[in-house]
Amino acid sequence: MHDWRYATPDAPHAPASQARHVPRRSGLVRWLVVCAAVLVASCQQGILDPQGPIASAQRLLLINATEIMLVVVVPVILATLGFAWWYRSSNAHASRSWDQAFEGRIEFVTWSIPALIVILLGGVIWIGSHQLDPRAPIPADAKPLRVDVVALDWKWLFIYPDQGIATVNQLVVPVGTPVEFRLTSATVMNSFFVPQLGSQIYAMGGMTTHLNLLAAETGEYPGFSANFSGDGFSDMRFIAKAVPAGDFDGWVAQARGTGPALDDAAYAELAKPSQAVPPTTYRSVEPKLFEHIIEQTVSGPEKAGVGAAWCPPARQVGG
Amino acid sequence: MLGNLTWAAIPFDQPLPLYAMGVVGIFILAVLGLVTVKGWWPYLWREWLTSVDHKRIGAMYFILGLVMLLRGYTDAIMMRSQQAIAVGGAQGYLPPDHYDQIFSSHGTIMIFFVAMPFVIGLMNFVVPLQLGVRDVAFPTLNSVSFWLTASGALLINVSLVIGNFARTGWMGYPPLSGLAFSPGVGVDYYLWSLQISGIGTLLTGVNFVTTILKLRAPGMIYFRMPVFCWTALAANMLIIAAFPILTATFVMLLLDRYVGMHFFTNDAGGNQMMYVNLFWAWGHPEVYILILPMFGVYSEVVATFSGKGLFSYRSMVLATLGICILSFMVWLHHFFTMGAGADVNAFFGIMSAIIAVPTGVKIFNWLFTLYRGRIVFTTSILFAIGFMVTFVLGGMTGVLLAVPPVDFVLHNSVFLVAHFHNVIIGGVVFGALAGYNYWFPKAFGFTLDERWGKASFWCWLVGFYLAFVPLYVLGLMGMTRRLQHIPDPSWRPLLLVAELGAIVIFFAIVCMIAQLYVSIRTREVRRDLTGDPWNGRTLEWATSSPPPAYNFAVLPRVETIDAFWEMKRKGLTRVEPAYETVEMPRNSPIGFVIAFFAVIAGFSAIWHIWWLVILGLLGIAVTVLTFGWSENREREIPANEIARMERARLGLGRPA
Repeated sequence: MHDWRYATPDAPHAPASQARHVPRRSGLVRWLVVCAAVLVASCQQGILDPQGPIASAQRLLLINATEIMLVVVVPVILATLGFAWWYRSSNAHASRSWDQAFEGRIEFVTWSIPALIVILLGGVIWIGSHQLDPRAPIPADAKPLRVDVVALDWKWLFIYPDQGIATVNQLVVPVGTPVEFRLTSATVMNSFFVPQLGSQIYAMGGMTTHLNLLAAETGEYPGFSANFSGDGFSDMRFIAKAVPAGDFDGWVAQARGTGPALDDAAYAELAKPSQAVPPTTYRSVEPKLFEHIIEQTVSGPEKAGVGAAWCPPARQVGG
Repeated sequence: MLGNLTWAAIPFDQPLPLYAMGVVGIFILAVLGLVTVKGWWPYLWREWLTSVDHKRIGAMYFILGLVMLLRGYTDAIMMRSQQAIAVGGAQGYLPPDHYDQIFSSHGTIMIFFVAMPFVIGLMNFVVPLQLGVRDVAFPTLNSVSFWLTASGALLINVSLVIGNFARTGWMGYPPLSGLAFSPGVGVDYYLWSLQISGIGTLLTGVNFVTTILKLRAPGMIYFRMPVFCWTALAANMLIIAAFPILTATFVMLLLDRYVGMHFFTNDAGGNQMMYVNLFWAWGHPEVYILILPMFGVYSEVVATFSGKGLFSYRSMVLATLGICILSFMVWLHHFFTMGAGADVNAFFGIMSAIIAVPTGVKIFNWLFTLYRGRIVFTTSILFAIGFMVTFVLGGMTGVLLAVPPVDFVLHNSVFLVAHFHNVIIGGVVFGALAGYNYWFPKAFGFTLDERWGKASFWCWLVGFYLAFVPLYVLGLMGMTRRLQHIPDPSWRPLLLVAELGAIVIFFAIVCMIAQLYVSIRTREVRRDLTGDPWNGRTLEWATSSPPPAYNFAVLPRVETIDAFWEMKRKGLTRVEPAYETVEMPRNSPIGFVIAFFAVIAGFSAIWHIWWLVILGLLGIAVTVLTFGWSENREREIPANEIARMERARLGLGRPA
């Protein structure tokens, strides 16, 4: 199922064209089967199928908060429908009251029930916000991997400062290792999100945000921008690949040996708007590229446009 | 001479919007032609376009909302169809630059030119009648407010043919909406139409707060006001407090775009998150500006059709005012993912959850109003009950999104889209339609057809669930909003169900139109001669349907909550009072004329035609000054004329 990104356009049409030849009754059965399959499928992707501790905690919080509220919501819905039905004007059995209904004790209850629920939820919110703060490091045995993320029009640049490599639209991380992301944008605001790993966070021009995630299982997880950023937004997707630690080192070594270098000229080329960019790796990357991108975004396109991809001081550092 | 305006502004290369506008243009010409042929212009001009009567203005607001609903719905069905078609590798029929305009205009139009006109229209029609007075505090200003709102709606629709609309989403976040990333006229259309209509809305707020605080029937102290008036007061206080924030924010973005300033740009010290904070400092109160008056509508409808007083009036008032204050303390929950610290996120999360307390109290109060009532199932109360069931679900998903770590995985997903449609359709639209069915006979003197009304209700309800429950599920599956094409083929079945839901809502709208048509055709048999078709409780039912221009010949004397119910209970016989001369405001074309110049100024600002901007602004100034110096603004209706009209409507014949 992780190959959906490159799924052929024809595949979904095929069953529909066959449906005309199937008798009506089995059509209904087919629909029921499809519905059931869809509901099952919904639990096997996205935030209901967490693959790391952050996402798991978030799913648990989602389910707990829903259950707490359903305790009140379900009875209220049933009571609304029940009262509306029983006290219909044509029901001779219902007892009526015409007075200006007002009862202090009931009023006390009507304020207390939602207040109690909210006090409970308030505790959940306070604790959850602190435990799942995107900036909080994830405790683990392995040494954290640092990844710098840059949102471009319309692709994601991932810089591995400690490995000295970079990738586009492809994030490879070792399984069981905390990943410390620093994020910014060289263009408009985007939001970096891998649903199965947990929290998203905005990537904003001239600013840095921080995010800590961990993949507990090997696999390929879809990631994308969750904040509309212009015409190429829909294709601003990438694959987050969690691989065993040994494989990660192998991948780094392989990446260092292939692909172009991400220097001034290559970055200037990369920063130009482009859509549906296939995954790429860069064998080397300018030191401090992430900081330079922030400086360049802040200093503006006019100044940056004078002869270089970024402002002169950055060039000196780079050279 | 014409600034940036050239023939290139008209999208000859895009047949879809061009054909659409052709059809709309022909329709408009046909209507105008009909009006001309039938010779209705003098009547329209005298009785509607220049009217300063709050009842006429309320009706015009509502008609504007209904017309814009058709436009907003067209955008919606186009989006749903695009997402149902463009799955896997397919690109659908709308390229990104067109699709992006459609979801931007859908949001903008639905919030500013559908929901707001519905809310303000109902307040206009109902509040003075419920307060037992003859008009709002500033009737001419009220007309100006309406026409400025209509100007904004016109400008936004002009963008269909001349130029294009914003491709930024309805929030217009910079830097995407800044000059560097959106150089065309699209964002300018967005900004100027909302600036113009926003001034109208602010004036409405001033007008209604003044009206409710200063103009009430004798004896109507605050705690005898109908709940709808309380909610209107809260909503208009929010308008006064919140709309200036939006106007100022847009002024800053306009300065960025027109003068090259750097309030919200990436570079030169601009701060895009300042825009986002300011936008939602207006935006969250805005959702309560929409929903609070609808809570008022439900309170009136549930009480009336349960045949008993609203349960716990004082809780209702307290809850309304509580929501009014809390609504200013939660704006950050729209962007928990900004990267603020855990303390900040937790504070705003808890404040957001606290709003569920007064809202929950309101739900309980309606529930206990139904309890032991005698419920008559009209279209209005069906919408109210449909609301109660739907809204608690929307409230629940809202509180879920208020839990910051949960929001980190649901933010900007279609789960969020489903949530706010849940509360806006299930809350605001159902409320507007409950109010429409409830007060229509008061406004026009005949009831609406119940069968078509109920058919419309069921289509709305079923259509809503079919359209948005799939989006809840898709959001959990990781589908984000505003996708022009869908990467995952396994999402398609749910998207098709959502499309089906949108089609069912189309039938709901068709039923509404059929209901109006059938009701007008059969109006003679559905006349409301009593002025009180529903056995109502509040003062609007104490006058005739439709009420005379002066509403009440003699202002009613109020002694309790539910003043009219009490009058009926005490069996007050109609003793003919001593009529007095009534002074009413004269009709005035000032609103229409100001709006005309505002459209010219706005349009030419969008296209940088500066001499015309100056002419437009001068026109507005001259109009206002001329009106300011005119002395002939009121007309007197003599006592004997009032007596004649009252006797005719009460069927009293000659004086005794």
